[in-house]
Amino acid sequence: MSAVTTSFPKATAAWDLPSRGKVAMAGLIVAESAIFTIFVVAYLFYLGKSITGPTPREVLETPIVYTICLLSSSLTIHLAAKCLERGIGFAFLGLWLLTIALGGLFLYGTAQEWHRLIYEHGLTISTNLFGTTYYSLVGLHAFHVTAGLIMLSVVAIFGFTGRMGMSQAGRVGVLSMYWHFVDAVWVVVFTVVYVLGR
Amino acid sequence: MSSNVITVSVGQTDAKPWVDELHQWLTTVDHKRLGILYILSALLFLVIGGVEALVIRVQLMHSHNNFVSPEVFNRMFTMHGTTMIFFVAMPVLFGFANYLIPLMIGARDMAFPRLNAFSFWLSFLGALLLYFSFLGGSGLYGAGNAPDVGWWSYAPLGARAFSPGHSSDYWTLSLLVSGFGSIGTAINIISTILCLRCPGMKLDRMPLFAWLNLVMAGMVLIAITPLSAAQIMLLIDRYLGGHFFDTQAGGSAVLWMHFFWIFGHPEVYVLIIPCFAFMSEIIPVFSRKPIFGYPVMVAATVCIGFVSMSVWAHHMFTIGMNSYANSFFTLTTMVVGVPTGIKLFNWIGTMWGGRIQFKTPMLFSIGFLFQFLIAGLTGIMMAASPFDWQLSLSYFVVAHFHYVIVGGILFAVFAAFYYWYPKMTGRMLSERLGKWHFWLFLIGFHLTFDVMHVPGILGMPRRIYTYEPGRGWDTLNFIISIGAFIQALAILVFVANLIISYFKGAEAGNDPWDAWTLEWSTSSPPAAYNFATVPRVASRRPLWDLKHPENPDSRYE
Repeated sequence: MSAVTTSFPKATAAWDLPSRGKVAMAGLIVAESAIFTIFVVAYLFYLGKSITGPTPREVLETPIVYTICLLSSSLTIHLAAKCLERGIGFAFLGLWLLTIALGGLFLYGTAQEWHRLIYEHGLTISTNLFGTTYYSLVGLHAFHVTAGLIMLSVVAIFGFTGRMGMSQAGRVGVLSMYWHFVDAVWVVVFTVVYVLGR
Repeated sequence: MSSNVITVSVGQTDAKPWVDELHQWLTTVDHKRLGILYILSALLFLVIGGVEALVIRVQLMHSHNNFVSPEVFNRMFTMHGTTMIFFVAMPVLFGFANYLIPLMIGARDMAFPRLNAFSFWLSFLGALLLYFSFLGGSGLYGAGNAPDVGWWSYAPLGARAFSPGHSSDYWTLSLLVSGFGSIGTAINIISTILCLRCPGMKLDRMPLFAWLNLVMAGMVLIAITPLSAAQIMLLIDRYLGGHFFDTQAGGSAVLWMHFFWIFGHPEVYVLIIPCFAFMSEIIPVFSRKPIFGYPVMVAATVCIGFVSMSVWAHHMFTIGMNSYANSFFTLTTMVVGVPTGIKLFNWIGTMWGGRIQFKTPMLFSIGFLFQFLIAGLTGIMMAASPFDWQLSLSYFVVAHFHYVIVGGILFAVFAAFYYWYPKMTGRMLSERLGKWHFWLFLIGFHLTFDVMHVPGILGMPRRIYTYEPGRGWDTLNFIISIGAFIQALAILVFVANLIISYFKGAEAGNDPWDAWTLEWSTSSPPAAYNFATVPRVASRRPLWDLKHPENPDSRYE
């Protein structure tokens, strides 16, 4: 055994540090933003550079309904987290399931759009530069929605087994940060692909 | 006044069966063990990457040499570059960060111990994936084995047509996987520093080591991710028939260059900033003075963090950018030299008037200061785009960045080894072997990399596997190769020192250097829980306060 006597001069009264979950999620969001930035840059850089068709103007249709679904899911998850903080378990679970449903609906929209593009317009990832960049960017986002939905579903399962109490509010808060981020990315992707890109 | 006693058990001495021991190492989530695993894996790949460098140097020893075929030569420089950056420099720096940050800020572990283990194994398995390409890279096509298109893998060389088989796929996946590991570690470092500091450890009281690694981790988040994104695109090109970098379908080879260097240049700072962190801890202790200009040091680091994000295209002056881009990147590159210069002056200011002790860590630190200055100066030379047009892709560039990476980063890492080895193992590294290591490495380094500038100026291009006699390159290349072998000898001395001192070194005790940061307040090696009682600090040098209760730093803050 070895011992060092330490006598530090002053004790600090209050010592508040940020929550590690929130900081880590913020870090992940910064990193993910950088990845998305690169894909967005590639999309914008290759706009109009495809050698063969189809072009965005010819085939893309603005997915307004599904966008509203995804964006409103940010609101429902926010309300769900608030309900959990206040301990209203029933409302939490309801809003949480609604969030999952809205996210799922958005994914269904993406799937439908891809099906239409592939089977009606013959646009695949290897057709032209537009196909490559479009499927990569939208696909990367859809991948994040899917990952988010899996995590949301895990929480829902815990909710059904009665394990989601007020003590879990912090963790749900971290997860909702991720979901808000996924929504915010959609705002950018939507603007770039469906507004500026046509 | 509060007082507490840090009591730390030395650890169990009962011999455990080696299988148990191995199992504990493989499943560990302890930041200290993971730090050591990072460092050991880096040392392993340092030796492998070093052997690849020696193969390159033997081949170039004289003109028309036939030591290896051109194909093997290409694989060697590709693997050497990739290995040294991703599987030596990054892991060794992450290893020290992992080991030291919780100890320095008075925490018991990193913020996410399991994420920490996950990140380490990602990066280590990424390295294995890269080296598996020697066996599996030929795939069904039977063409090539290890990747051979350079560590940049410039488009279209990385495309299916020019890189058949799976060698480039192993390279891509390896960097993608280890990149995710780096992002995990960076998130962990940031959360640890921001959320786990011990009471009293305000941001402006943190050791500079923690500050600089915080900046480094922040840079990793935005610098490594573009590479990951580019690797995903390359995989889409190679496997799904995408056209990101396919020039025949309108894709752009230059875009790959941009994406690669948006990662590639900040990466240099990701590597050098932790080395600045080593310097900022070691130089004050061996000068017996507190660091000069602490706030300026922090500000300069943050400044480097920002500015270095906008210098990447100075790697691309010769591809024909317009004059605005050339001027912009010339300017930013020169600007980034300013905060870096401030740091050099701060270290010299720390040494100035101090009672300098020339122990091995300090010798390597002084070597670092001198060589990093020269590396910076050749960097400024090439920041001027017209100068770069002349010397880009020549051995002058190779000499420049090896001056940064070997003369700067590696020297700093050696200093860190000699300084913190006693903390990690409880034994001192031999000073005698240390001095041999230092002088041999210094001589070998200067022989190789000072001389290497000259064939570059004489027009020797990089990446050629051989050259014609009578161009005035033969003698120079011979000297360069001799220097490489002297460096290899010095590394052998170093490895011998690590092994011999582990068994026979002098007992280190808690605080062999009479230092001031918290890691020296606990036992060597520290117990699994680091601190029996979480310490409280009141100044930047908590151990100084402890040793000098009559005149603590806290009185002046």
